[in-house]
Amino acid sequence: MKRVALIVAILIAGAAWNGPAVLAFCGFYCAKADTKLFNKASQVVLVRQGDRTVLTMASDFKGDPKEFAVVIPVPTVLQKGQIHIGEKALLDHLDAYSAPRLVEYFDEDPCRQYAMERMAPMAAAGGVAGGVADSAARRAQSLGVKIEAQYTVGEYDILILSAQQSSGLETWLRESGYRIPAGAGDVLTSYIRQNLKFFVARVNLKEQAKLGFTMLRPIQVAYESPKFMLPIRLGMVNADGPQELFVYALTSKGRVETTNYRTVKLPTGMELPVYVKSRFPDFYKAMFSRAATKENMSAIFTEYAWDMNWCDPCAADPLTNQELRQLGVFWLPDSGSGGRLGPRIPLPVPSGGQGVFVTRLHVRYDAAHFPEDLVFQETADRTNFQGRYVLRHAWTGDSTCDAAVRYRAELTQRREREAQTLAMLTGWNIADIRRSMNVSAPPDPAAWWQRIWK
Amino acid sequence: MVRSTLTLFRPITRDPRHYQIVTLASLLAYGILGLDFEIGAGRAAAILSTALLTQYICTRVWRLPSFDPRSALISGLSLCLLLRTNYVGLAIVAAVVAVSSKFLIKVNGKHLFNPTNIAIVALMAATGSVWVSPGQWGNVAFFAFLMACLGGLVVNRASRSDVTYAFIVFYMALVFGRSIWLGEPLTIPLHRLENGALLLFTFFMISDPRTTPNSRMGRIVFACLVACGAWYIQFRLFRTNGALWSLAICSFTVPLIDWLLPAERYEWGQYKSAAHSAPHFRLKAEATKA
Repeated sequence: MKRVALIVAILIAGAAWNGPAVLAFCGFYCAKADTKLFNKASQVVLVRQGDRTVLTMASDFKGDPKEFAVVIPVPTVLQKGQIHIGEKALLDHLDAYSAPRLVEYFDEDPCRQYAMERMAPMAAAGGVAGGVADSAARRAQSLGVKIEAQYTVGEYDILILSAQQSSGLETWLRESGYRIPAGAGDVLTSYIRQNLKFFVARVNLKEQAKLGFTMLRPIQVAYESPKFMLPIRLGMVNADGPQELFVYALTSKGRVETTNYRTVKLPTGMELPVYVKSRFPDFYKAMFSRAATKENMSAIFTEYAWDMNWCDPCAADPLTNQELRQLGVFWLPDSGSGGRLGPRIPLPVPSGGQGVFVTRLHVRYDAAHFPEDLVFQETADRTNFQGRYVLRHAWTGDSTCDAAVRYRAELTQRREREAQTLAMLTGWNIADIRRSMNVSAPPDPAAWWQRIWK
Repeated sequence: MVRSTLTLFRPITRDPRHYQIVTLASLLAYGILGLDFEIGAGRAAAILSTALLTQYICTRVWRLPSFDPRSALISGLSLCLLLRTNYVGLAIVAAVVAVSSKFLIKVNGKHLFNPTNIAIVALMAATGSVWVSPGQWGNVAFFAFLMACLGGLVVNRASRSDVTYAFIVFYMALVFGRSIWLGEPLTIPLHRLENGALLLFTFFMISDPRTTPNSRMGRIVFACLVACGAWYIQFRLFRTNGALWSLAICSFTVPLIDWLLPAERYEWGQYKSAAHSAPHFRLKAEATKA
């Protein structure tokens, strides 16, 4: 049985006919502006059960909407109903829920033992982009490009193209205002030979003004294909450095991993100096960079893998069934009331999300280390995992019981251990860390011979 | 000096099955300690002891002359390297299925499936609670592993390595051919072939002499079938672990291939004096003759 496959990759082409286009194929989308934490970060939600996939794509683009477009290879001509424009808030919520987290413990008077727990959430990436494209059917035909369908969905004008040769498609895209970088032709060729169509979207400024959105919202597509993968090759054609991609896989069976690259768990569970609380984003970035380097820049990191029914500790409330359905979790029962989210109610844990397992993957990729598209598999692994870092606040009381004396002696060693751990995880200078912690370096142990004739 | 070094390694070089055990055990240790394989020492011990116990029980039940743990150990180590599950019970079942399949599923006195292969495929198909993580090796591990496998071929000097060579040639031709046809850069097919699970399959699974056809031509045809099946599952059906599924399915064709291309059946005694033959195959055959 020959099934049609779907590949999704997004090119971003800058700016249209007249504009000073800053084009880049720098990822799933081109991100002109920096993200909150990572440059050129894209976020993708992959909802998958059986061969059915709902893909939500967002990047951190915050520039002029008319400057951007997306091009996505797809297996078939998508019908209008298979395309949807989602809410950025859903991705932000998913990001916050699954982000690496800090847990704080407060040491109690060692003469009375118990601990209190608090945690601080942290968010990672964000954004969305939109597109460009105008129909010039005759010109397209002469180039071997066929406009299969044309829709306006939300603030986007969408074209579904098929092509016979990459050169024709390249020419058509260029003539239509997309800056296709040199080298894209080869990648387009391989997708054309796999009989893929191209989903092209750009922002309809009139519709956008009518709808009143200032940010570009994520595009969602639903399709059925045995292929469980994300093409990243187009995005790397003219990238000027590594790019960040966050993939949130929502599945029913268990954890998702890549089958053609190593999937590695983020270092977790370490005790860190408490001053990290104010520098957590820096810590996260430095730790991720170091972990990626340690894996020769060739691995994908699992940052969170959890049954969406609950969390412990929660960086944010779990998503409700309604939110999950809006992200495309089609196997959840429809809870009825309307499409838009209701007001956020503090949810007791557990909340919605029964039968949904979330895997948050984070990859920093470039062409040298990621030659082929990402291929995934859903495993039966339901082991929960989270990137979690522990801050232990020292007890500062003045009790003088034996336990308190021992505690103070151990505290010095603990702080040194925390400093070493932080240096090891981030590569930061140990002297700087000690300075930030207000601790001094442990004295060098005396040489063995200094102790002989004392 | 050289002679004494050789003497030191003689137990390993004398019987390539020892080499296999050392290689697989080293890989497992590296996988657990260096690559964070999702298998702990306790799980590995459970799989290995179950495989050995099953071998012992089957040896008694089928009244084999002696208990030989080596074949079961290789099956157990391969399961530790490949099989992943949340349930220790399923890992134990896999070890029982692997070893007992050699005794239970036989056609014309020859067992039909490679033990590790049938255990993994059967449990994947029947339970949906086991999986194989083919991407978990990474490049560094791949090249170390490749060297170890090639070392194994040298040690074996095995006449039946033809099936391994043939599979490599056919599978590479298909993977490279598809990429060339699609106009993909060659880094893509190379990256696809740099896969630890594929190496384990090629050098430790499909090479099993008791489950491959008797004639050389038959083995080459068999390798071609397995390679085509693996490629089809991987690149046309877009499913994971194409080689494992393909080997299990193609194993059904072995009796037919043996019938069409008859040759002397592989027996322990027949290779005893053959200088070029693979001792580990002989031993394995003995252990699995049942």
